[in-house]
Amino acid sequence: MIPAAFDYKRAGSAAEAISLVSEYGEDAKFLAGGHSLLPLMKLRLAQPAVLVDIARLTDLSYIRDEGNHVAIGALTRHHDVENSSVLRQHVPLLAHAASHVGSPQVRHRGTIGGSIAHADPASDLPATTLALGATYVAQGPNGTREIAASDFYTGFLESALAPDEMLTEIRVPKTTGATWGFQKFNRRAQDWAIVGVAAWRRGNECGVGLVNMGSTPVLATSVASAIAGGASVADAARLASEEAEPQADMNATAEYRRHLASVLVRRALESQSA
Amino acid sequence: MGGSILGNRVLRKEDPKFLTVGGTYVDDLLDEPLLDGALHVTYVRSTVAHGVINSIDTSDALAMPGVRAVFTGADFGLEPVPSNFNPMVTRTLLAMDKVRYVGEPIAAIVSETREQGEDAAETVIVDYDILEAVVDMEAAMATSTLIYDSAPNNVVFDTLVLGMPDNTGEAFLAGCEVVARGKFLNQRVAPCPLEVRGAAVAWAADGRLHQWLSTQHAQGAHGPIAAMNGVDQAQVRVRTPDVGGGFGAKIGIYPEELLLGPISKRVGTPLRWRETRSESMMALGHGRAQVQHVAIGGKRDGTVTHYQLWAIQDSGAWVDMGAILAPFMTRPMASGVYAIPNIECRTTSVVTNTTPIVAYRGAGRPEATAAIERAMDLFAREIGMDPAEVRRKNLIPKFMEPHTTAVGQTYDVGDYETALDKTLTTADYAGWRAKQAERRARGDARQLGIGVSVYVEITGGVGSGEEAEVEVLPNGKAVVYTGTSPHGQGHVTAWAMLASEQTGIPIADIDLVWGDTDLTPVGSGTMGSRSLQQGGNAVFVVAGQLVEKAKSVAARLLEANENDIVLDKDAGAFHVAGTPALSKTWADIASAEGGISAKDNIAVPGPTFPFGAHVAVVEVDTETGKVRHIAHVACDDAGTVLNPMLLEGQIHGGVAQGAAQALLEEVRYDSDGNPITSNLADYAFISAAELPSVTVVHMETPTPRNSIGAKGIGESGTIGSTPALQSAVVDAVSHLGVSHIDMPTTPEKVWAAIQSAR
Repeated sequence: MIPAAFDYKRAGSAAEAISLVSEYGEDAKFLAGGHSLLPLMKLRLAQPAVLVDIARLTDLSYIRDEGNHVAIGALTRHHDVENSSVLRQHVPLLAHAASHVGSPQVRHRGTIGGSIAHADPASDLPATTLALGATYVAQGPNGTREIAASDFYTGFLESALAPDEMLTEIRVPKTTGATWGFQKFNRRAQDWAIVGVAAWRRGNECGVGLVNMGSTPVLATSVASAIAGGASVADAARLASEEAEPQADMNATAEYRRHLASVLVRRALESQSA
Repeated sequence: MGGSILGNRVLRKEDPKFLTVGGTYVDDLLDEPLLDGALHVTYVRSTVAHGVINSIDTSDALAMPGVRAVFTGADFGLEPVPSNFNPMVTRTLLAMDKVRYVGEPIAAIVSETREQGEDAAETVIVDYDILEAVVDMEAAMATSTLIYDSAPNNVVFDTLVLGMPDNTGEAFLAGCEVVARGKFLNQRVAPCPLEVRGAAVAWAADGRLHQWLSTQHAQGAHGPIAAMNGVDQAQVRVRTPDVGGGFGAKIGIYPEELLLGPISKRVGTPLRWRETRSESMMALGHGRAQVQHVAIGGKRDGTVTHYQLWAIQDSGAWVDMGAILAPFMTRPMASGVYAIPNIECRTTSVVTNTTPIVAYRGAGRPEATAAIERAMDLFAREIGMDPAEVRRKNLIPKFMEPHTTAVGQTYDVGDYETALDKTLTTADYAGWRAKQAERRARGDARQLGIGVSVYVEITGGVGSGEEAEVEVLPNGKAVVYTGTSPHGQGHVTAWAMLASEQTGIPIADIDLVWGDTDLTPVGSGTMGSRSLQQGGNAVFVVAGQLVEKAKSVAARLLEANENDIVLDKDAGAFHVAGTPALSKTWADIASAEGGISAKDNIAVPGPTFPFGAHVAVVEVDTETGKVRHIAHVACDDAGTVLNPMLLEGQIHGGVAQGAAQALLEEVRYDSDGNPITSNLADYAFISAAELPSVTVVHMETPTPRNSIGAKGIGESGTIGSTPALQSAVVDAVSHLGVSHIDMPTTPEKVWAAIQSAR
């Protein structure tokens, strides 16, 4: 419960943060809200030598209407995502999903960029932005690049980000005219999902993201294909686990997870929220 | 004032402090001069469940920054000490030859900061020969792997050894028209006080040892600490700062706390010790942990005539209080509230390679209640009768004289049917049954379950009375000294109310002193729901004695006959009956005497038996197995109520912990004995979001066993709620063919039960 010793650097700008991380290499970690990293450090499962604190980069905290998409600064707190009028109007699924992250205390500290960069398959926002077809913007020593959410998650707690790259922005297409559903199945309100589902649908087009159904967030493409092919929601939902390789843990067997995914995908796609 | 303060919703005197600046816990003793320059102790703990220690290498740790000393058991020449409950079982306070659970302390590091100690602890190298881990309590009885080589087997306490009769198996139930059987797990849970264990020690210049301890019983720790340090008890002062919860797990003193005095003596500085939450989850005692084999038999008309229980109690890796809860708390309460003419109950306690079991809120009685209440539901299901009706048919009729059950336990007073009726009516039991029937008829995915429990428990089983002193100072204010030890219960308020009732001194002017062996050397602490009926009762009686003593002083000052003196409680002054104009206040009397006090140890004739009924309503999502606790009605008759707000607080907290056991919480180990629930993310500690608002039904049946008619309330909520919740979950899916689901009723277990019943 007490982390190993580490150095602490506070960055004044994104460029400085990237240069600090470049300097220390693999031993350095960005610290934003700290709600994923610090618990791992307290359990000594992570022992970075240097923390580069980027929490003061307030210019990376914003939510902007960019016409066909909404741009969200990586340091935007979950609380602000949850309560953004722009998101509630144009991407209500993401605002709603953010309201289910942890507890109010967590939502006031944790950031959307930190959650996505941590790439935890059990977190709500990676799978939700994946379902929404988001694009992530990363900044490194040689400038910025865009990474599609569907290319981002490469393994358990692993992403396409280079060690000296920082996630700076999340671009989420508007879901105008779509219905959406978010199903978080957990034991206690503040827990991670045992299984979670984020889904939107517009006619025969839909996007379905699965939480905690494998080593990465999962895009349930078979469900989307079935819906596109005119299948009923009930039939499509049976394909929920096609792309997933769920693990057993203390809360659920893999078989139970697959069952839950089907039930929750069905409920999420049947939801009439708009 | 006018009228009695007793029975009123008096706001807690202690809360302004707790809600503003906060309490003063052991870690907050930063300005204590005796602790100036204190170093920090960190314990190195076993990472294996069962193993022989070949060597302990502390050389790297000694070289770590800030480390002043590292001690193993050998450095202190520790000798094996026997368990208080089974002398064949012995251990050293730091493991030397063998480790028996993950988390067992092996070495102590003294460092300048806690963080340095934590870093150094990682560098101590312990070489083990790993032994087979005995994790399952039933396997512990069968295996040839002995956890204590000094004992003949892993059974460390059994009612047969106490000379009690064995169960007679099938023969016992031979005459029954109907028999229902079950095997229930009353799972291991973690007490999880918000304040984990902590202590501080200092040897003063005069040679006295001062120890501050987060405990429920400073006086109980006093003797062991003195013995550990080889000094007379008078040379030791134990003090209890504010304590952030105990739930039974802080009754006894632990090795980590006992060793601080000797370590401090060796290093020559004061010391502080505070465990982390992860350590606390492994090394603070756990609770419950029984496997129960039950058989219940009777007639098709609903009359229960036979009940047989074999409770196997997991004692964990040490024979602590947990080992004796089954024979001395579960067994006596086996009959519950029912008039069952034939009962057999055997209990068997075993050691396993797991954290030792201690007392935890209810401590043996929730286990007794869960067993009989689940058995009643099985019986009701077998004969197709409503669970509430089966209970009513078998209740012991109202009694105001002592009643003895078939298992030999005598209860003080009881009116179980009224408790059941009030609860069913308030809960609208019939209404919920109608709604349940509608949902079943529609085949809804979300089904309703209604669970009923009726219970009686034993409180004040610890201690035969309590000491109290009430002192009035020359300024007219009072100080009450008590042998109980509040850690959330509200004694500061409650004891002031009792003293105020007798003396007329306003509660704002009454302070409470507890948990300091210099100021309150005699006391049995706070445990077993004993405090009000013994400690509060003593305050009430002794305050009355003080009034009589003050009357004689007043008589002298007023030059009157003592028998003519009356106390005007509204005025807080004494006068001759009929002539109130000429009076002496408490301040006058105390000033004349240089302070006036009364002190006595007030005995009670025996324990009391609170009872009540709970109805829990849940909604179960039959597609996923998820349970939502949507309504709860609790009737807990604790005798005469001193302060309804304190009572309701105890019920709310008790229901929360009971619901937590029924629905969520379980300490788990893997097959090698590694704990897998050692933090509050993995261990499903309940929160307000998982609970409904609890409806409290008031009922007061005073006990004749003390002056204030009070029975215990601290544990009742836990005892009544747990089986009500569990039965509600089963009830929600019983129409699908499910007859039992073990606790905690997790979503996957509920879902799997539905699948296998289909």
